[in-house]
Amino acid sequence: MLFQEIVFWVLSVLAIGASLGVVLVKDLFRAALLLVVVFIAVAGFFVLLNAEFLAVVQVLIYAGAIAILIIFAIMLTRDVQHGNLPNRFQIPAATLAAVLLAVMVAVAVDTKWDLLAGQAQSRAQAVQTSAVRTLESPRDLAGLERAGFATEGERTAAQEAGLADLLIGDFVLPFEAVSLLLLAAVIGALALVRPR
Amino acid sequence: MSPDNVLYGTPVYRFVYELVGTVLPCWISYVAAGLVIMFILVNAVLMGAAVFVFAERRLIGRFHNRIGPNRWGPFGTFQPFADVLKLIFKEDITPAAADKIVFLAAPIVMLAPAILMLAVVPFAKNTALADLNVGILYILAVTSLSSVAILMAGWSSNNRYAMFGAARGVAVLISYEVPVVLCLLGVVMVAGSMSLADVVEAQAVPFLLVQPLALFVFLAGVSAELNRTPFDVAEAESELVAGYHTEYSGVKFALIQAAEFGGVVTASMVVVTLFLGGWAGPLADYLGWFWFLLKVGAVAFIFIWVRATYPRLRIDQLMAFAWKFLLPLSIINLFATSLEVFFLRDSQGVLATNDLWIMTGINLALGAGCIALFGSMIREKIKPVTWQPAAGTASLTVGEVT
Repeated sequence: MLFQEIVFWVLSVLAIGASLGVVLVKDLFRAALLLVVVFIAVAGFFVLLNAEFLAVVQVLIYAGAIAILIIFAIMLTRDVQHGNLPNRFQIPAATLAAVLLAVMVAVAVDTKWDLLAGQAQSRAQAVQTSAVRTLESPRDLAGLERAGFATEGERTAAQEAGLADLLIGDFVLPFEAVSLLLLAAVIGALALVRPR
Repeated sequence: MSPDNVLYGTPVYRFVYELVGTVLPCWISYVAAGLVIMFILVNAVLMGAAVFVFAERRLIGRFHNRIGPNRWGPFGTFQPFADVLKLIFKEDITPAAADKIVFLAAPIVMLAPAILMLAVVPFAKNTALADLNVGILYILAVTSLSSVAILMAGWSSNNRYAMFGAARGVAVLISYEVPVVLCLLGVVMVAGSMSLADVVEAQAVPFLLVQPLALFVFLAGVSAELNRTPFDVAEAESELVAGYHTEYSGVKFALIQAAEFGGVVTASMVVVTLFLGGWAGPLADYLGWFWFLLKVGAVAFIFIWVRATYPRLRIDQLMAFAWKFLLPLSIINLFATSLEVFFLRDSQGVLATNDLWIMTGINLALGAGCIALFGSMIREKIKPVTWQPAAGTASLTVGEVT
């Protein structure tokens, strides 16, 4: 466990340091690059949690796509060479950020994370083979092994089937809402750059 | 500490881990095994790049009907080392107005994807350094970082040619990412897994035959992403000096070159693994690495051949080629493959070898038809602009005296 703890602390320092840098560095381009570092550090946390799929998706979408969008937006900004100038939105922005943080922490603390224990678990079992009746929770490696998932790869695959089932089953509404949000962002960008 | 991690299945990793673990504490052996794996990866990419540079220069020489480098070593084999030594001893210039930290970091970030990609490629049976079950997604994620590196290089140089090159390079990367990802989905559906080792196992019939359209789109898209010549608008020498690496010299330039040519080698390895059966071949259990390297050489030769044959496209032709030609092809391939897999698979969701042959027949016909159809449609779109003299201006003809 010592090694995992060292990695956890290194990643934490990296993530917090880089995210402080994002806010405090004057040069907008460097701030965007530090944001990429934050994204990759978060992917590292996912690897520590044995969620390789999420880690890979995190790098693919955030570091690979969102960061590029942000950097292009910075390049298209006028007066970018003056850096990150303060403006009159400082206090409202700080308030909004603090409220958002409070809401997210409250939700994170309040949520019952063991979602698969309840009703959703039965569907996860149905999606997987019928042999998984002995499964206590998707993190229950011994249970998965008893159910016939002999190798590490098969066990991880079974766990991810549960994740996919949750995304398309119980959480299909938020999932689709996010895609609608992305569509709205694309249309908004097109409307902004449309020649008049 | 449990040896419960993705790398533990790797023989090299386990060997070093247990060897060091007999004398030293557990976590040191963990780190040592990881470092050994990194050492192998970095050297594999750099040596692959060196061999590829030599092969490319000699072969391009042959294609141009000249000799190519043949001075140092037998047949000029030591040429890449001479190149690297020259670059190391060259003056390392940083422009005065450059963003120095980002300027230094860009070549490193550029080389990292080529090295990281190799981690999941199976060179022979059970030889992948990390057989991730999300291997194909991992490759896509890692390569997507290279666009950040290109933007870093272009922006930090504080040079407009570098900036133009970077903007073009990223535009190409983003456009060609779409067809490449879509055609990989076809492979994933037929193989039923995203792990590269499983994809190799699933190729009872090489996916070269089962997914010809996907292979075509993938090869075209990857050579665009690697800035190879028909698609190298990002560093077009005749327009942009050298694109995003205009300001680089010395070791940093060597790193960028290593990233570029090492990228071709690793891309060839991915093509071989996904479409040509990886290490499969006669006596594959013992000679797997040989078949793998042979196929990698063949694919790398195709990259060199294409580079020597085609002239550079304009940026608008390049975009038209991605969005109006490759994208429809990859979507058609995706639909055809999903229908075939849906109707041909058995109750366990597995495709038999016979089914693969049926798919081969359908897909080859479909691929030929689609390429012919969309090829004739795109020909109008990317036709070179013929210059028309404006009315009233005197036209110059050969021999006319003005």
